[in-house]
Amino acid sequence: MLILTALAFLFPLLTNDYIVGLATLCAIASIGAIGLNILTGFTGQISIGVGAFLGVGGYTSAIITSTLGLSFWFAIPIAGIVTAAVGALFGIPSLRLKGLYLAIATLAAQFIILFVITRWTSLTGGTSGMVLQRPSIGGFSFMSADSYYYICLAVLLFTIIYTLNLFRSRIGRAFLAVRDRDVAAQIMGINLFTYKVLSFAISSFFVGVAGALLAHYTMIVSPELYSITVSIQYLAMILVGGLGSILGSILGAIFIVLLPVILGYGVDFASIFLPDMHHMLAAFQEVAFGAIIIFFLIFEPGGLAHIWNNIKNYFKLWPFSY
Amino acid sequence: MAILEVNDLSLKFGGVKALDQVSYHVEKGEIFSLIGPNGAGKTSMLNCISGLYTPSSGSIKFKGKEILGMKPYNRTSLGISRAFQNIALFAHMSVLDNLKLGRHVRMKSGMFKGGMYWGGAEKEEVSHRRSVEQVIEFLEMQDIRHTPVGTLPYGLQKRVEVGRALALEPELILLDEPMAGMNSAEKEDMARFILDMHELNGITVFLIEHDMGVIMDLSDHIAVLDFGKRIGFGTPEEIQKNPEVIRAYLGEQEVTT
Ligand SMILES: Nc1ncnc2c1ncn2[C@@H]1O[C@H](COP(=O)(O)OP(=O)(O)O)[C@@H](O)[C@H]1O
Ligand SMILES: [Mg+2]
Repeated sequence: MLILTALAFLFPLLTNDYIVGLATLCAIASIGAIGLNILTGFTGQISIGVGAFLGVGGYTSAIITSTLGLSFWFAIPIAGIVTAAVGALFGIPSLRLKGLYLAIATLAAQFIILFVITRWTSLTGGTSGMVLQRPSIGGFSFMSADSYYYICLAVLLFTIIYTLNLFRSRIGRAFLAVRDRDVAAQIMGINLFTYKVLSFAISSFFVGVAGALLAHYTMIVSPELYSITVSIQYLAMILVGGLGSILGSILGAIFIVLLPVILGYGVDFASIFLPDMHHMLAAFQEVAFGAIIIFFLIFEPGGLAHIWNNIKNYFKLWPFSY
Repeated sequence: MAILEVNDLSLKFGGVKALDQVSYHVEKGEIFSLIGPNGAGKTSMLNCISGLYTPSSGSIKFKGKEILGMKPYNRTSLGISRAFQNIALFAHMSVLDNLKLGRHVRMKSGMFKGGMYWGGAEKEEVSHRRSVEQVIEFLEMQDIRHTPVGTLPYGLQKRVEVGRALALEPELILLDEPMAGMNSAEKEDMARFILDMHELNGITVFLIEHDMGVIMDLSDHIAVLDFGKRIGFGTPEEIQKNPEVIRAYLGEQEVTT
């Protein structure tokens, strides 16, 4: 684990800005995926509103920094807190709704939030969106790919440590109890409503922070960046990575961020031989994306985290692995 | 003094009266047993006491205070804990974590302390681990404390179920057929645990059980349900002589010591 962390910190020295940019997107997606996994994987409450919650984080930070002219360092946590509040609000139906019904309720959240963002033109700029800046401290601007990557990596580390700690103490255990057996959880003295809403809030906090970091990375927010497709991508991250696993959230985020890039290379490569087929190959990319997710759902429900553990166990026993 | 007073309690499911004007009380510090044939309404009675079912009429007082309007999770804070008839453990979690969940209301750390951990939460985990270890020792579960409970054999899961209820350090423990499906050695162990928790820790025990030998041996008082009606209430001697009870049990099993 330490080696991986060290590697994450050192590798920008060795590669170019393009790779570091991808790594930044992976780090940001990891923060959001861990957030979603807290809710869905660990507490058992599904949400299809992640896309919009990322938007709440992004727009909050845009308004605080660009409109109000306040600092990035202030805007990031506030973006988290505002998103947490919005998330908690839309988490209220979870007391009565479960499974598919809750999914539909969070889908409604997705549409309501996007509707508000699109229509509240005076605050959000409507469909034309808003422009953001990279942060700075004193005279130093985090404009370079490397420097912004380090900010995101630091936030990711904080997210990981917080979540690991949460799940070895009282609140995290209660989340797991709510997920596994809600009746028994009540008898343990757990107020289902409080804990479900709390899980929505904590989860949305990290999604909001991820949204804000992403907004300052792309330096623009606009409604179409937060569509339901984004929600589905985040669900795919935790499904492919592993529900209820922090490592899985990260592996899943990396996988889903890099998959289109790699498929894109594949398409470019194939186009050399089949130049007329470029359009069809581009469509194939989306099919492949869907197929891979279905593959994971069917053949590896434990996700990448499970595969990783199997590999680790294999090497632990390696010379004697029979 | 009565720790639990149930008065005229009725519970309906559609047209079916699962409980019909049932009254009895449980003395503080005793072992009280609720018996009756399958489907008599015993588990439903516990569900009313824990707050999972809402009775149509009647009252349930704990230490003199009406608890019928209270939410299930608030009743736990009063010191009422429960072991389920159908094991309701958190199967993916270790025995330790299950027992720690049993102490949930005794712990304090919130989302900030928990997430920062090294501030207060770690200290709390350690001190409550000590209380949990006492339960583990008491129920002789030292070898399995880190085992995910889902992988344990049935008899041990039943024991963890009781352990999780004990972990609360309850005043009143509700045990729903803790010996069901056990072999006689396991039953003997469980009977010893029940006597010990009662004698050593002064816990009031509310026991549902089918094994008449065990019931007559352990109980200070017994209430008998049949088709939701209370047909007997008294000491084991009184219950054994009660003609209605004998009639209800005729053909099912003998009422013997
Ligand atoms: N949730 C429920 N819905 C409908 N009927 C129920 C429910 N719970 C219990 N009952 C009915 O109430 C009666 C008593 O059941 P129960 O309390 O489980 O009996 P016991 O524990 O004595 O075997 C049974 O007829 C059972 O079918
Ligand atoms: Mg029963």
